[in-house]
Amino acid sequence: MKPPPFEYVDPRTVAETLERLATHGDDAKILAGGQSLLPMLNLRLARPAVIVDVNRVAGLDGLTTENGRLRVGALVRQRALERWAASHAPLLAAALRLVGHIAIRNRGTVAGSIAHADPASELPALLLCLDGVVVAESRRGRREIAAHALFEGPLVTALAADELITETRFELPHAGEGWGFHEVARRHGDFALVGVAAVIAREGGRVGRARVSVFGAGPTPLRAEAAERALLGREPTPTQVAEAAAAGAAALAPVADLHASADYRRRVARTLLGRALTDAAARSRP
Amino acid sequence: MNRTVRLRVNGERHERLVEVRKTLADFLREDLALTGTHVGCEHGVCGACTVLLHGEPVRSCLLLAVQAEDTEITTIEGLADGEQLHPLQQAFWDHHGLQCGFCTPGILLTAKAFLEECPHPTDDEIREALSGNLCRCTGYHFIVEAIRAAAEGRR
Repeated sequence: MKPPPFEYVDPRTVAETLERLATHGDDAKILAGGQSLLPMLNLRLARPAVIVDVNRVAGLDGLTTENGRLRVGALVRQRALERWAASHAPLLAAALRLVGHIAIRNRGTVAGSIAHADPASELPALLLCLDGVVVAESRRGRREIAAHALFEGPLVTALAADELITETRFELPHAGEGWGFHEVARRHGDFALVGVAAVIAREGGRVGRARVSVFGAGPTPLRAEAAERALLGREPTPTQVAEAAAAGAAALAPVADLHASADYRRRVARTLLGRALTDAAARSRP
Repeated sequence: MNRTVRLRVNGERHERLVEVRKTLADFLREDLALTGTHVGCEHGVCGACTVLLHGEPVRSCLLLAVQAEDTEITTIEGLADGEQLHPLQQAFWDHHGLQCGFCTPGILLTAKAFLEECPHPTDDEIREALSGNLCRCTGYHFIVEAIRAAAEGRR
């Protein structure tokens, strides 16, 4: 099908964008990469009165790191982050090549995927795993929203209708921290049935910090806190990893849909937690 | 709501008044009569409408025509040099890389950009690059062979 009629504006500055969002509120939708919004328009699942196309807004394309904190401007395409990550951030590289397809990543933005908040997509789960933050601006001001407070439900976030994400931030794994990323999808590029991102830091052989998120197994990406707790202060032996994976999966309450039953999702989550934690332990410096 | 869009397609300048809700795919087909860009699923899954935007593959069904203002687009019509087929087109011919041909324009443009970035690919890399383009005829084997042959021909 074709998009329903709408008014189209393409502001050139953040201030002008915020003005538009303040004026139109819920009637407006922000168009960045458009790889989720355009399908919704074409299928007429979304009928916004106004499309605010931010692609020509200046100053939102920065990609910088500072003390292990990655700052990604709102217009950075997934493909651009993937290319950067290939030589700087192997966890992000492993995850990004599973986001849609090259043609999708060439347009899709990092911030847009996070704002869309599909519970089975990779970037929201990475933000949660990497203690990320989004910077949201509106005419009312600027605030930082931590990942754990951002995702409220399937496609629902704490962002208000007049807010624009201007930047996303990720705490990248530090030197010596190990990472793991696994997902199961029906076909390459599909949304995951279930996926896991894990980062482990060790001190004197024992796990000093574990950051683990699961996606596709609940209404939002989730931190696998039970799995993190099961590893803290212990050596990541195969037995301990298996215990942590079981604890992490037991805490999940996935739903059934036409792709997989709830039980199957929980079983896949347990297996993938085991694999991601094993990889993260193996890659970490004792 | 209408708006004027100016862009270059296959090296040629165009200026048209378009409805803002018109996708780039429909613009190319209906306004510029470039019907080689095929429209399949219209929600970004099938890859048939893939074109190059500044040399990078994108879904033309997921871009509004007005977003293509001041851009350089390459469609399948821009691939051959007159009567001389592009090496990828020749390889698809030689290796039976198409049957009905509906997916072929999107696949050729995807493959063109892919080989420019990855000139000596493994079969696994070719298959990953093709993962966003659905073909319901060939079973993909001949497509992979054609792309491999085109890559080898460039060496």
